[in-house]
Amino acid sequence: MTITLFAFYVFATLAVGAGLLVVVARNPVHSVLWLILTFFSVAGLFVLMGAEYIAMLLAIVYVGAVAVLFLFVVMMLDVDFSELRGSIANYFPMGALIGVILLMELGLVYGHWNFSEAAQALRQSPTPDLVQAHNTLALGQVIYTDYIYLFQTSGLILLVAMIGAIVLTMRHRPDIKRQSVIAQMHRDPAKTMELKDIKPGQGL
Amino acid sequence: MAEFFASNFGIFLIMVGQALLVTVFLLVSAMFLVYGDRKIWGAVQMRRGPNVVGPWGLLQLMADFLKYLVKEVIIPAGVDKPVYLLAPLLALVLPMAMWAVVPFDETWILSDLNVAVLYIFAIGSLEVYGVIMGGWASNSKYAFLGALRSAAQMISYEVSIGFIIVGLIISTGSLSLVDIVKAQEGSYGFLNWYWLPHFPMVFLFFISALAETNRPPFDLPEAESELVAGYQVEYSSTPFLLYMIGEYFAIWMMCALTVLFFFGGWLSPIPGLPDGAIWMVLKMAFFFFMFSMVKAIVPRYRYDQLMRIGWKVFLPLSLAWVVIVAALSFYDGADQNLGGFYARWTVEAEG
Amino acid sequence: MAFDYARATKYFLLMDFVKGFKLGMKYFMAPKATLNYPHEKGPISPRFRGEHALRRYPNGEERCIACKLCEAICPAQAIVIDAEPREDGSRRTTRYDIDMTKCIYCGFCQEACPVDAIVEGPNFEFATESREELFYDKEKLLDNGARWEAEIARNIELDAPYR
Repeated sequence: MTITLFAFYVFATLAVGAGLLVVVARNPVHSVLWLILTFFSVAGLFVLMGAEYIAMLLAIVYVGAVAVLFLFVVMMLDVDFSELRGSIANYFPMGALIGVILLMELGLVYGHWNFSEAAQALRQSPTPDLVQAHNTLALGQVIYTDYIYLFQTSGLILLVAMIGAIVLTMRHRPDIKRQSVIAQMHRDPAKTMELKDIKPGQGL
Repeated sequence: MAEFFASNFGIFLIMVGQALLVTVFLLVSAMFLVYGDRKIWGAVQMRRGPNVVGPWGLLQLMADFLKYLVKEVIIPAGVDKPVYLLAPLLALVLPMAMWAVVPFDETWILSDLNVAVLYIFAIGSLEVYGVIMGGWASNSKYAFLGALRSAAQMISYEVSIGFIIVGLIISTGSLSLVDIVKAQEGSYGFLNWYWLPHFPMVFLFFISALAETNRPPFDLPEAESELVAGYQVEYSSTPFLLYMIGEYFAIWMMCALTVLFFFGGWLSPIPGLPDGAIWMVLKMAFFFFMFSMVKAIVPRYRYDQLMRIGWKVFLPLSLAWVVIVAALSFYDGADQNLGGFYARWTVEAEG
Repeated sequence: MAFDYARATKYFLLMDFVKGFKLGMKYFMAPKATLNYPHEKGPISPRFRGEHALRRYPNGEERCIACKLCEAICPAQAIVIDAEPREDGSRRTTRYDIDMTKCIYCGFCQEACPVDAIVEGPNFEFATESREELFYDKEKLLDNGARWEAEIARNIELDAPYR
């Protein structure tokens, strides 16, 4: 067994095992922590495939940002676990039904799956040889040339979603006092303060 | 002998040896960093600092280290034990893992990744988990609030650090730290380094680095006047030691990054002198001195001021700088219209 | 409000921090204010109220006449005195205890003493490893007196013009 293969099995087992524990774990915070382990193992798998750029992005975006937000939300939630466990039984038939339907659909798809003859060649075409250009460069050359409009549009969609979320939640209250940082920074001690020398017994 | 070191096992041994070497360097330097920190603050406050254990108190940190190791580990009731104990480990291991890609000299590097910058960024963004997990698992309000603050702060400043680095990457045309340093090589010594073309970003990076490592004036997660000690209130003994060493590793890392990104890594500042790892360590020590001085002279920020600076000042500035650098580099580009001041591409773009 | 370019430039160049840094460096270079304690000690006033001592006259006779004024005035009730006539008929203490854990070092005892027998000496380094050692008896106090007599006498002499 080569080291690469060994590493693959380690990462794959970790990814699947941690993924399972995401669902099984009782405590939602533990679930998120297992989810982070899953992401990390998957990043490891990407590295093994020679896609180190995507691996790093996965670590930065999913582990570094998305999972932190998950963790924030879950930590702040005030969930009554005993109540939650009691109601699982009520939803079980519905969940099982959906699961079975999904499984059947997957089976149908898998049964009728066939590869086009040209698929292998098509998949190879946009990627230059790893020796010529490492995958950061290769990705950049694809994204910023052929798919520039799609790439920019996807960025725009995310931006719109972000602005939308801010617009929906922002509530500007005119009745509260706000701090004006610029005004504070421009206060000049020489102009706002006057030092007077008061003689004893005379007052102002 | 040569054959043995060419075999798989031999290579493995060499790798382990190199990793150990870097780890030992880190541990020893962390010891002297804490000592240096205390001495510098002491000096600014007209105190003497540690001066009893060993000559000039140099062994003070050795004594502290032993004390932390032999004290009882107190695990408070109600903590989430696995997470509670895992958190300080994460806080130590992650900053250590970052050092795998730091070049001390052109060839003195554990692993010359071609995505080294991203690697550092990825591991850096993981560091926040040590803090959040510790704060949450401690089952204490102070620790939890500290963890929330810390997480929000680290994420905010990661964004502007990211944009500053993007500017450098555009200038260099590579994600490898060795390439970034090599791009700063030139016949004018320290005038060739990136601090000149990326001048405003040096300050932004330095300040963001302070915030990223929870150093004063941005040490709000452990603001002792409000949160006792933030996320590490409930930690004692060895777990606390791990947090502390991890913190200093991260600070030392930020010094290394400042040097690599803006101050030419192992390159010598004066054209005639030979380059070497000694320059790297000297420059890092200088920036550590600046880190310490900032703690000694700047009062702590308020949390909303911190967030305001991060999102309303640093983010727009660094974003604008990315656009400016992109435009200048494009203009400089292949024709070297600016004499290769901004575009120092080492990798040839194809197609 | 007119835009103040000078101030804006100052903010942009972080002049506050440069100034702070300069000040910091000034103190960095300045001589340390800390005393190297066990090796160096700060000056002590002649009126310093430290560890108690019972004095003797130069001929070796103890000063204390067991008037119990100190016991009476002690606000912390730290002093306990028993007295009996000695063989030669003079009135002397058989017991003179000070509980140093109760004492608040107010100095009333030395003020009350008509013969300058009980005094608070210049010694402030009398920490002990057990509580019991801080229950001083007559022997210990006389011993202190013998040990610190030179300094105590000098201090009383120096303070005399102000009394």
